[in-house]
Amino acid sequence: MKRIYLDNAATTNIDARVLAKMKSFLGASFGNPSSFHSMGKEADNAVEDARKSIANILGCRNFEILFCSGGTESDNMAILGAARANREHGNHLITTKIEHHAVLEPMEHLEKREGFKVSYIGVDKDGIVNPKDIEKALTKKTTLVSVMMANNEIGTIQPIAEIGRVILKWRKKNNTIFPLFHTDACQAAGALDMKVEKLHVDFLTLNASKIYGPKGAGILYARKGTEFEPIIFGGAQEVGKRPGTQNVAGIVGLAKALELSQKNKEKENKRLINLRDYFIGELIKIPGTRLNGDAEKRLPNNVNVSFLDIEGEAMILYLDAKGIFVSSGSACTSRTLDPSHVLMASGAGREAAHSSVRFTLGHDTTKADIDYVLKVLPGIVKKLREISPTKQKYDK
Amino acid sequence: MTNKPDLKKGDESWLYSEEVKDHFYNPRNVMKDEMIDDYKADGVGEVGSPACGDVMRMWIQVKDNKIADCKWRTFGCASAIASTSVLSEMVIGMSIDKAKKLKPQDIVDRLAGLPKVKIHCSVLGDQALRAAINDWENKK
Repeated sequence: MKRIYLDNAATTNIDARVLAKMKSFLGASFGNPSSFHSMGKEADNAVEDARKSIANILGCRNFEILFCSGGTESDNMAILGAARANREHGNHLITTKIEHHAVLEPMEHLEKREGFKVSYIGVDKDGIVNPKDIEKALTKKTTLVSVMMANNEIGTIQPIAEIGRVILKWRKKNNTIFPLFHTDACQAAGALDMKVEKLHVDFLTLNASKIYGPKGAGILYARKGTEFEPIIFGGAQEVGKRPGTQNVAGIVGLAKALELSQKNKEKENKRLINLRDYFIGELIKIPGTRLNGDAEKRLPNNVNVSFLDIEGEAMILYLDAKGIFVSSGSACTSRTLDPSHVLMASGAGREAAHSSVRFTLGHDTTKADIDYVLKVLPGIVKKLREISPTKQKYDK
Repeated sequence: MTNKPDLKKGDESWLYSEEVKDHFYNPRNVMKDEMIDDYKADGVGEVGSPACGDVMRMWIQVKDNKIADCKWRTFGCASAIASTSVLSEMVIGMSIDKAKKLKPQDIVDRLAGLPKVKIHCSVLGDQALRAAINDWENKK
């Protein structure tokens, strides 16, 4: 049977060129970068070359790139680390209602256990944060603002540079270095510009497993001079901010993956946007189908729709049976049994959230793949609506 | 069968048993569009809400205090659909007294288990059935 993978926002395959780069560090070149001998030096060189390559893409200094295990750890390092280190300056943090749990949960932890106050800023009905709402929430006690660059569920692109300018203006007016500004760029790293000076960010999170690199490798960009505490202890690696032997193969793979995806992004974005808009155009012809998230300010590979009267998990499994792999914001697939917080914050309503299906295209996705999905979907929609007691409203 | 996941009651796994898959992909006794207008139901019951992610509606025909026929529709995940489907098979021919005593666990057992997290929210079929029986009793 055909296997059509449309869950590239969950994770991507590893690009063959990335894998080729990693191989020697999983084999003969297994040294520890901290060892004093030449095998150690060989590994250390690979890590430092990767750091340089990534710093070049972000337009920052090499030592501002810190390697870690991925997006979740990087988010935690920035949020827990910066909030705790700057505690004497204030206990107020700002984030949005549509962040990844890797941002929301450390925020909630600081709120519940460490006496911080967190403002969760809402989004408009298209899933976009208004920089003015961030501005209004700023106080003299605000030490950190964290806003994602692009949303993982509905793909909406947030105005990071604009928020960055709002923060710079506030700092200047109040003659302070606070708040610091963090962005989670995991979903955006393959499609958007990562230059930190243009984004005006102090911390940036990205990882390899969303950009055709390996799982278990990520970075935190931390601007020179920004105070943050490590969240784990036990060594001098990564200037003591993230101790532990580096994942050399993962780091090498991450650097190569970022290099490739940044180099090809204009061409690939154009191809994907064409494919995405064709797909969305055809999908919304199916009665009772709604697009979730802004139609234009969204990642080139993200399609998120609700098929009303059909619960998302049922749709996933019927598609799975046809060899099509997607995901949903339905409660049934969340393990917590809550529908997607992103769709709820965007005002989709619980019913539409339960019915949402996310298709995320990738480098290997072709028009023929999309046409296959469009061929099998109407039959599935018909069958699942036929057994749905709520359907009459939309069908006729 | 080898490598088959163990899906005993309360399993933490998210994988579904073959019985669940069978009923999910080939649901039995569904109330089809073409029959709904002519179907002479003696009782109809509905539970859940679309906002909660699960809605079940059951239609029953009763003869000599037995459920002579049962049709249903469900909005919900695979276990919700499969559990209503299997319930419809269980109750056709069953006495009203016995049907009223059915518990979620009886449905789970017939499906060879369900992931633990699914049981509470998706097995509402017994309630929909009881609502349909109440409807029939009230109309008598």
